[in-house]
Amino acid sequence: MRFYKWIGLAVACLTLSAPVAANAAGDTIKLGVPGAHTGDLAGYGVPELNAAKLVVDKINAAGGINGKMVEIIAQDDQCKPDLATNAATKLIAEDVEIVMGHTCSGATKAALPMYEDKKIVSVSPSATSPELTQKGQFPHFFRTTPSDDAQARLGADFALKALNAKKVAILHDKGDYGKGYAEFVKQFIEENGGAKVVFFEGITPGAVDYSSAVQKIGRSGADTLIFGGYYPEASKLITNIRARKMDINFVSEDGVKTDAFLKLTGKGGDGVYASSSRDYSHLPITQEAYAAHRKMFGSEPGQFFELAYAATQALLNAVEKAGSTEPEAVMKALRAEYVETPLGKIRFDEKGDCEGAGFAMFKIVDGKFVNQTFESK
Amino acid sequence: MSIVEAIKTFILEIDWRYFIELVFSGLTKGSIYALISLGYTMVYGIIELINFAHGEIYMLGAFTGLIVAGVLGYLGFPSLGILVIAAIVAVVYCAAYGYTMEKIAYKPLRGAQRLSPLISAIGMSIFLGNYVLNAQTQDFVRFPNLLPEMPFLDPVSDILRPSSFLIIVCSAVVMISLTLFIKRTRLGKAMRATAQNRKMAMLLGIDADRIISATFIIGSALAAIGGILIASHTLQINFNIGFLAGIKAFTAAVLGGIGSIPGAMLGGLVLGCCESFAAGYFVSDYEDMVAFAILILILIFRPSGLLGKAKVQKV
Repeated sequence: MRFYKWIGLAVACLTLSAPVAANAAGDTIKLGVPGAHTGDLAGYGVPELNAAKLVVDKINAAGGINGKMVEIIAQDDQCKPDLATNAATKLIAEDVEIVMGHTCSGATKAALPMYEDKKIVSVSPSATSPELTQKGQFPHFFRTTPSDDAQARLGADFALKALNAKKVAILHDKGDYGKGYAEFVKQFIEENGGAKVVFFEGITPGAVDYSSAVQKIGRSGADTLIFGGYYPEASKLITNIRARKMDINFVSEDGVKTDAFLKLTGKGGDGVYASSSRDYSHLPITQEAYAAHRKMFGSEPGQFFELAYAATQALLNAVEKAGSTEPEAVMKALRAEYVETPLGKIRFDEKGDCEGAGFAMFKIVDGKFVNQTFESK
Repeated sequence: MSIVEAIKTFILEIDWRYFIELVFSGLTKGSIYALISLGYTMVYGIIELINFAHGEIYMLGAFTGLIVAGVLGYLGFPSLGILVIAAIVAVVYCAAYGYTMEKIAYKPLRGAQRLSPLISAIGMSIFLGNYVLNAQTQDFVRFPNLLPEMPFLDPVSDILRPSSFLIIVCSAVVMISLTLFIKRTRLGKAMRATAQNRKMAMLLGIDADRIISATFIIGSALAAIGGILIASHTLQINFNIGFLAGIKAFTAAVLGGIGSIPGAMLGGLVLGCCESFAAGYFVSDYEDMVAFAILILILIFRPSGLLGKAKVQKV
């Protein structure tokens, strides 16, 4: 089985390299697009490849970058780390200069050391694992997707800086999502040191009453409660907190930032803070990208489309601004130059995470979520 | 002397205000468990059936209350009036449900082997849950806040919420009335007689079918009261609230000694307080674990429950 797979890959490699060889004389910018183009997770990878194609077509139609055409070299990794290293090897063999990918965190992590070796700049649209940017071992890596802990970072920063929290209580619903969020919040607050975590516990979803937990939070003297979980529990908690007339800020995430929460809590929800990812679908550039996708592929764009579209745009824009594909210059441009994308205006920070996109904090005012002007840094 | 010293420091050191807060929140939860567990225990006492659909009756009570409250609110009734009328309608409606349920799902199986009505009960529970899910909604819905302001509670508002006060007082009144009813009235005596020995009671001219129906009606009415009370406490309900509450109430019934009415009341309150203390003095992550560990301990030392009578059973 293994043997046939290799043969298959070799054949695929040959067919892919054929046009490249013909093109070798012409001077092009080679953009590697590795990702899950087949397999179970093709639903993530194919929209990313489509986005890259749309951006590249648009740029080539307008005369390319600094007179050079952009050429996409796609490689399938099925989101599997072992296939990802193969894909990376092949991209490097093809003299790819910049990479938009990979799709999944595991595959990205496997391929990144190889790109690092060759100093190839890569931008992933969907690898969310926090360590990829935060450990600093991949300086040539960037991403347009917020990392898994970005929402927790926003929650922690918001509590510390906007709410001036000094004593923070953290509660979660013991589920993967809520507990993960709560643990990251705890970590960030402890790292910051500006406030103390005075309470960290979990509750059972669907229980009759959460009075005892709320009492304990009240007794802990916390000025801010950060909750990781979903809206039914959040609503029960906030009802309880309001009935007790407790003076405490309530901060939560996108499991709570729902219309259902507004309906459930009524007036009691006013004053609650909840974060969620920004909505970009109304931007003209996003609408335009959707329309182009419909025209070219005859379908609605799938998940991660906007993120990949933005990643390709940012990468090619950086090459244009840098005047070459020289890694240091491209990286500098990625960090310095804002680019107009379907995610709004973005650029990248020192670590390689996207600035400008990501999550925003909302406050409930008169039964509606109102965007809070606060930038998490 | 060191033990005396330890107790002394414990009494002096303990934060009494917090302790009382936890007692009240335990009593709040416990009263709800007690109201539901009475239905389990009364039915078990008479026909030795664990009526698993009982938690669903509690949920139906909350939903009926919500619908009635919605209609009356639209007509402009005062909120306390709405609460009372909603409670009465929910009680009547749920009592009718309990009566019908017994006639449809349990009476035809009365002569069958013990496991058949049990399966029938589980089926009834799933049926009612899904019925509300489909006929109403799968979402959580908001229950209106119908409680009047209680200014006399203001000095203690941080330890006792008006809704907790209502739950504790209502449950106490209901439980005292039930006890008097069972002890003093003819029907109550007939129920006790049937519970003690159905065959003998029938020989003495007691209509067992009527008694069984009455038991289901009373149990369901109590669950409906529980449903209305909890809905006005948490202000939200959905089709699934009966599940966990039903399991806890069943546990409370076993803890108190299944078949014993004062046992169910005590069991509910003990379970509620155990949970409250577990969350308050330990961590709420382990609230259920600690509560059930205490429960197992009690059952090890008193296998028939706190107030249950040891009885030889042939299963």
